[in-house]
Formats: sequence, C-alpha cells, structure tokens
Amino acid sequence: MIPLSFGYTPPSTVDDAVRALADAGEDAKVLAGGQSLVPVLRLRLAAPSVLVDLGGIAPLRGVREEGDELVLGAMTRHADVLHDPLVARYAPLLAQATALVADRQTRYLGTVGGSLSHADPAGDLPAVALALDATMEAVGPDGARRIPAADFFVDYLTTALAPGEVLVAIRVPKRDGWGTRYEKFSRVAQSWALVGVAAAVRRDNGGIAEARVALTNMGSTPLRARAVEEALTGVPASADPLTAAAERAAEGTRPPTDVFASAEYRTHLVTVLTRRALAAAGGVHAA
Amino acid sequence: MTVTAEVGAARTRKEDARLIEGRTTWTENITLPGMLHLAILRSPVAHARITHLDTAPALREPGVVAAFCGRDVAEVQGSLPCAWPVTAEMLAPPHPPLAVDEVRHVGEAVAVVVARDRASAQDALAAVEVDYEPLPAVVDLEAALAEGAPLVHADQGSNRAYTWIFDSAQAGTGGDADAALADAEVVIRRRYRQQRLIPAFMEPRSVVVDPTGEQLTVWSSTQIPHILRFFMALILGIPEHKVRVIAPDVGGGFGGKLQVVAEEFIAFLAAQRTGKPVKYTESRSESLMSAHHGRDQIQYAELGARRDGTVTALKVHLLANMGAYLGIITPGTPLLGALMYNGIYKFPAYHFECEGVFTTTVTVDAYRGAGRPEATYLIERLMDELADELHMDPLDLRRRNWIGHGEFPYTTVSGMRYDSGNYEAATDRAMELFGYEELRKEQAARRGSGDRVQLGLGVSTYTEACGWAPSRILGQIRYAGGGWEAATVRVLPTGKVEVVTGTSPHGQGHDTAWSQIAADQLGVAFEDVEVLHGDTRIAPHGWDTYGSRSAAVGAAAVVQACQRVVEKTKPIAAHLLECDVGDVEFSEGTFRVRGTPEGGKTLADCALAVFVAHDLPPGVEPDLDAEAVYDPVNFSFPHGTHLCATEVDTETGRVSIRSYVCVDDVGKVVNPLIVEGQIHGGVAQGIAQALFEEAVYDEDGNLLTGTFVDYTPPTAADLPELVVDRTETPALDHPLGIKGVGETGTIASTPAVVNAVVDALRPYGVHDVPMPCTPERVWRAIREGGKRL
Repeated sequence: MIPLSFGYTPPSTVDDAVRALADAGEDAKVLAGGQSLVPVLRLRLAAPSVLVDLGGIAPLRGVREEGDELVLGAMTRHADVLHDPLVARYAPLLAQATALVADRQTRYLGTVGGSLSHADPAGDLPAVALALDATMEAVGPDGARRIPAADFFVDYLTTALAPGEVLVAIRVPKRDGWGTRYEKFSRVAQSWALVGVAAAVRRDNGGIAEARVALTNMGSTPLRARAVEEALTGVPASADPLTAAAERAAEGTRPPTDVFASAEYRTHLVTVLTRRALAAAGGVHAA
Repeated sequence: MTVTAEVGAARTRKEDARLIEGRTTWTENITLPGMLHLAILRSPVAHARITHLDTAPALREPGVVAAFCGRDVAEVQGSLPCAWPVTAEMLAPPHPPLAVDEVRHVGEAVAVVVARDRASAQDALAAVEVDYEPLPAVVDLEAALAEGAPLVHADQGSNRAYTWIFDSAQAGTGGDADAALADAEVVIRRRYRQQRLIPAFMEPRSVVVDPTGEQLTVWSSTQIPHILRFFMALILGIPEHKVRVIAPDVGGGFGGKLQVVAEEFIAFLAAQRTGKPVKYTESRSESLMSAHHGRDQIQYAELGARRDGTVTALKVHLLANMGAYLGIITPGTPLLGALMYNGIYKFPAYHFECEGVFTTTVTVDAYRGAGRPEATYLIERLMDELADELHMDPLDLRRRNWIGHGEFPYTTVSGMRYDSGNYEAATDRAMELFGYEELRKEQAARRGSGDRVQLGLGVSTYTEACGWAPSRILGQIRYAGGGWEAATVRVLPTGKVEVVTGTSPHGQGHDTAWSQIAADQLGVAFEDVEVLHGDTRIAPHGWDTYGSRSAAVGAAAVVQACQRVVEKTKPIAAHLLECDVGDVEFSEGTFRVRGTPEGGKTLADCALAVFVAHDLPPGVEPDLDAEAVYDPVNFSFPHGTHLCATEVDTETGRVSIRSYVCVDDVGKVVNPLIVEGQIHGGVAQGIAQALFEEAVYDEDGNLLTGTFVDYTPPTAADLPELVVDRTETPALDHPLGIKGVGETGTIASTPAVVNAVVDALRPYGVHDVPMPCTPERVWRAIREGGKRL
C-alpha cells in the first residue's frame, strides 16, 4: 500500500534535526533507516506529518573508542556493526545478534539506533543493549543526556526518549575476556524472535564470576533475567549449575501469546535457550 | 545439416532475462493515455449487513473521478462464475463482485474509488461512509455443519454446499469398503487437518481495462486469459468478439490466478462508467486477504488391512471449506484428488465422501496440486501409521501393496487407468541415494543413547494425475469446461517459426520448452522459434495453464501441429526435388528423396518457395502453417519416491531437514533444468505446508496471518539441499511420452516430511503432529505422547 502523504526533512546536523522535530510538533517522526517505520507507514498504521531523516548526518555513522567505552553512532547500519573490528573485539555479543537481525537487505539499510528507538520487544538488539549495560545518548531541545539501557525501554514500542529527542549514540562498556552468545529462536530464518536470549559470562578460576542475561520477546520490553544471573554468580562453570540457573529464566516475565506461539511454550523455550546461551558463553559442554 | 536433439537438453530459459530484470510487460508496468486508478474498500468484518453506505463524500476528495458501491452496479455486475457444479443439487449462492447488502468475509470488496492516481484513490477510501450490523461469523468446519449453526447464506438454508460420493462397489470398480473394514484384521482410524494455505504468488494480481478501442482490452495477471474472456462475455454481456484478454508476463500463480476475480469485473465496471482505461494492482495485504486460499479440509479416514500388511479397504470422509463464495472450481478442487486416494496401491475396496462447507472466510480454490496433495498426504500418512501398527518397515509395507511394474496398465479401485509406472526402480534409486539402511542404524543409535536430537525417516511413494484433462471425462464429472489444448505453427518466409500455444505460462518456461520441441520436430534452430501466448487475439483457442497440463496436453498439440507442417511441406519438397511425394522422407530438418543423402531441401527452402509461389504443384495452396487441437485420451500418472530425514530437537520442538532425496518419474523430459526447477519449487511449497505455513482466522473471522510476517513462508535459508534424480518411464498416451511435472514436488513432499517428523518421535508415543509442524506443536506432541526415552 501507499503511505498517507507526509512531509520530509533531511537535516545535515543533529541540531538541525532537533530543530526540525521541534518545528514539526508532535506528529513528526524520526526516520533512521526505515526498516520498521516504512512498513508501518505503508500499512497506514501511522500517519506522521513529517519525517526527519537522520540519514544525511554523517557524524552519526560509525564506531569509535572513547576510554572504556565503544561509541556506536546511532545511524550505524547493521551491516557496518557486523563487520566492525572494535565491535568484534569488545562487544562480540552485539555482532552475534546483529548477524541475526532480519535479512541481508534489511541489515544494509537498518540502523542500530533505529532498532533500539523502535523498542520492539521481539527485536534482537534491545536485549543485547540490556545485557551489555549500554547507555543511550540523546540530544533534545534542552541539550544532551544519557539514559541507561535499563531505563530506556519503557513499554511496548515505547522508550524514554522525549518526543523532541533524537538518539545519537549508543555507549557500550568494553568487555574483555567475557564469553557471549545470542540465542535466537524464530519460526523462519528471516523473522522476529519467538524468544531470544543474550548472555555474557565472565569466568574466573573455573567458576562463573559474573553473568549478564537479557531476554527478547518475553514481555512488553526486553528483560534482564535477574534470577538467572543471581543463581550463577560464583557457581562452578559446569553443566548442572548452569542448567539449574537457566530453569529460572522465565521468572518475572510476561511473555505474549500470539499467532506464532503461546506464552506457555515461550516460558518453556526460554529456559532451554538460556541454558544453551549460557553453555556457549561460559564454554561449558553438554549443558 | 546435422540437428542436435533439443528435447532433453538443459537449455537455460530464453524468457529469464526479461523476467528477472523486470523489464517486461507485467500488468502493473502498463500505462495508457488518460489511465485512471482504482482502489477498493474492503470489509473489515467477517459477516455483517451493510446498513449504510455512501460513496458521495469520496467524490469531493482530490483527484477522484468516480466512486461506486455494490448497490450502484447491482443490476449489471453479474455473479462471478463457478464452473463446476459437482452435483445437481449443489447450493450455488450468488457471488457479487461488489457486496450489495451483506458482507461474508474479511476483505470482501464493498466500494470503489477511481482517481487520477493510485495514492489519491487510496486516500479517498477513508471518505466512504459504511455502517455494518454484525452477523455471526462461521469459521469452524465441524461447527458450521452442526444443527442450528448460524448460516453464511441465510437464503440457502444450509452451510452444506454439497455432498459428493464415490463408492467402488457402486461404481463397479471394486468391493464394498464397509464390509471390507468390518472384516479387516487391523483398522487405522485417523483425523487429519489440511490447513488453509495461501498461494502467495510473487506478482500481486493486477488488471488494466481499456474501453476506448473497438474491442474492450483487458490485461490481467491471470493464468486463464481464455476462460476469463469467455466468462466476461457470458456474464457481463459483452459480445465475445469485442473482448480481447491479454495475460502478459505473469509472475507466478500456483493456482491462485486460476480464477475469474472480483477485481477484474470491478475494473471493467470502473472503465465502463468513466470511459477511460483503469488500472488496479492489489497490495500484498489485499492479496493475502482477498485472493483465494487453498486446501483447508478435515479428513476422516479408515484404512483396513490384514496382519501381514495387505491393505484391504480405505474409507475417506472430507469436510472441505468452500469459503463464503464458490470460485471457479471451488467445489471440484477437493474432488480432484477423490480418485487418487488409493495412491499407487491396489487394495480392492474404497469409499469416498466429501461435504463442501460454507464459512465466512475468503473463497478456497485451487492451490498447486489441488486435491491431490491432500489425497497423497492421507494415504501416505496412513501407510506409515499402518506400518507402525504392524511393526513393519514403511517401505516394505508399500512394496507389499503397490502395483508391480509388470502389472501395468492397471485400473485402480477408483477406476483410473494407470498406463505406466515403475515404483520399484524409483524407490530403489531413492533408497540408494538416501542411504536408507545407514540412516536407520543411526536412528536406532540415537534412540538408544537418548539423544535430545532424534532422527526421523519419512517416506512418500506418490503418484498423481496430470494432464487435465480428457474433455469427455470433464463432462462426466460435471465440469463446465473442456480439457483440450490448441497450437498453431506458422512458418515464416525465411524459415523462422512461430509457435502459438493456448497454454498461458506464468513462470513455467513454455517459451523455451515449446521452442525445443518445435526445433526437433521441424529441424530448425532453437533460436529460430518464437513462442506466442497469452493474448486471445494472437492465440484465440486454448484452455490455459494449470493442473500440470501444459506439457502433458499443450505440448502434444505443438507436436501434432509441427507434424502437420511437415506433412503439408512434403508435396512442395517433392515438387522441388522432382520426385513423388511418396519418395520424400524428412529427417533432421531436411526433406530428401528416399535413399539419396545429397541434395535435400530444408523447411526454409520450402518456405521461400511457398512465399513467392512461383512454382507450386497444381492444387497446392501457398501455405505451410498448421493448427492442431489435442484432447488427451487419458490422464498421465507421474510418480516417484521422496525420502526425507529430519532431525527433531526434542527440547524445543524444532524440526530441521537433514537430507531430502527425490526420485521422480515424470516421463520424457523436455528440459531437465526446467523439470528440476519445478521439483525444487514444488518441494519447497510442500515443505512449507508440512512445517511453516498456515492461514489462520480467529473465531470472529479475522485473518490473523494477513502479512508475510505472520504467514511465515520459508525462504532458501529454511530449506534443505535437495538431491534430485529421475527415472524415466514414458507416458504411453502422449506423443512424446511426457507426463507433467508442475505439481509433483508439492504433492509428494508434504507427507514425506511429516512422516519423518512423526517417525523421529515414535518412541515418545507420538502418532501425529498437526500441520504445520511448528516447534510448539512438536513440543506439545511430545508432552502429550506421554513416553520418555
């Protein structure tokens, strides 16, 4: 279908973008790759007055180091994240999950910032941002601010970004020596996750020193699997404790029932996927 | 002149460059001067009375030229055709292109806006005022037949469209199934669901109607330009010679474009009212909700056998969803498989009964295989269930029951006469390529070790009926159309050849295959043949393309027309060679005096002689062209053995296909590349039914799978490598021995995959997983099976 008519503004700086959003009022929408927004427009499920296209703001693209953090420009395309050496070195979990985002065509147009701002609980990157303790950097009429991932995802398709704010960067703490794994389970290869599990595990002396686990599509936002993390801290890196911890993956979740799967099945599936993600991330066999 | 045999050569397709690059006459690419665009307002509810409908406000929107609804055209829009009243008593409620007083499925066309551009037409739909008074939705097949169920068509008095019965005792083709079942030592009783599928052709439906010329010209993305022309004339009252229908290049159909659709009539009405050319192209969402769906049956079956594995009887009872309205072959679609439920087996008693059921859902009609996938699924699943019950290997059980190679021709319990086949050869080859015995050993080892990933082996030894169809038989089964096919071969003065075919390809590669056939028959180069089709002005006669009929019927007409050209050319060649006609022989493209290898005349030599006509034998017309119409005497019966190995993750329920071998016998092969392409595509669609796809309506009749996100068609990433091989047992009733291949993959593969899934899970007490075998359904089946390793 054809979208309803809308205005289009391609600012070349972040300041221009913020101004354009302010000028356009509440019905404006940020275009950040368009891989989720354009289908929504075509189905006429949204009718923004103006699209503010961030695609022409060059500084928003690319990955750089800043002290202990990686800084990903919000408009960095998935395909670029996928092949970035800094991401591979310090945040391989992000690369693993990005490789599973949608299909190749989408990964060449979609952006990391667009995906996070869209805040689809079935999207792969929000859970990764939670697991990696990322921080979102936003700019609005009142200046810049930073929002921890834990506070960023507010509800289904809703973030902490104010209407006039633009997500400009994602800051990810560098993690050296962590094992990571993103387990995605979907009906067909190129579809959203029924359930996904992002796991990062730091081992120390044959035990698990620290674990961070976040879940895709187990509620209206991505969720940290706190019970699993707590159960893992300090246990030996072996099959039984990992399995026991993974059994707790569904605690505190409220998974959806939809045409793809029931909540009951998701509740089961998340424990299996968590165990597998932990085993891979923790280098434990036969869990 | 040495001519290389073209038939059998793996030619790349001459049509591919233009199709793949899109630089062709897709209907949506057609733009005419002054052309208007229409958009359709569709019902958002499954069943309701229209209490208020006003299109006038839309006329005030920018760019809008016209707007109308069903009431405005009620007297002239006619009723969309159903060409297959399967019984004399069948209920056939009116099928208005635009709903008049009542809507009966989500997506039904309610109002139309015509505007100067597509976006304006789309925008103005919001201005149309409609009020609906809800009526009860009717979605579940079994509930629809229950006493007191709400009716889809209140004036018809029932949701049961018809009951159609075949009984081998009554037909004199076999014994009494009830008696045989009563005597059987073992009876397998099952209920299977053939879920609803969406044909999901790549190119959405599109139609352009131009009323400005002497003839009304209709371009449509259809499989059936000839049938469309006939029905537009018959129903809309346009003199047939004043309608020209063109199916330009068409991007897939799978049966989904074997339909005379509301949108074609609506575009005609819009063109007639405005006097301008009008175009309509559906969106994908519109396509999924309003183009006809396929399958959607409940099958109840009883298979009787002796303890030694000899099958003695089969009884089948179908409930077949018709949707709200009968499409062109809706009632007959489930019956296309009615006489094939016995498969390749020779048991002596068979009873079949089908009830057509109206529901408040979109029309259900042909989808690749149409009736035969359902039949094959049922018998092949039942054979596996029987094998399990009797602790026999499923292939041993099949061998015990199938028609032996030496027994052909064989008339089955359904009265079908199978001309040829070699099930032993195909099965032996498939087992060898598959490594059947080794895989069975691995399966045992995994069961023994309690591996969380279990291995399952699935078998499908299928046959099907291709080559629709002998016209006489179509008449006997009350189908309103014929089944012959036409071809014209024109020899141009320079010796180039035009082949005009009544088939209407939409991806099959007829340009290439027909060129190969004509090249061999006439001894001309492949490149020197042009194939013309899909335009009723160019190819006035034909029954179009569906039901694996084009090669099995259409190509036979091409062969006959070519042979007539040769016969017609002989007197001219004799004249040029100064010999008697009886002494002329034709081989490898050259007419020679018998026994004289030198000094022959080619077709081109003769064509030039005819063109100038300076020196022809007395009484011979200067013309080499010939026509032929071929009406098959029988169906053809491709068969084969498909073997599938699945790995089932018993924790998540995920099914992965590890290997897939198909050995098909489609008779003589014109082009192996095309045949393999058909098998690849067909198997992919069959796997899709087994594992991935299902169109789902909720209890209120809302389509929950209204986008590809929800319908989940698989892509290459979800599908296995296929090992494709063939045996070749020619069809005896076809001039080239061709059987047809368009549907075999779809028909064969679904039971092979589900049999493999169930086989993997037998130790868990699992006897069935409903299709599609999604991870959740597999997981539930394991839990409900109640056994652990």
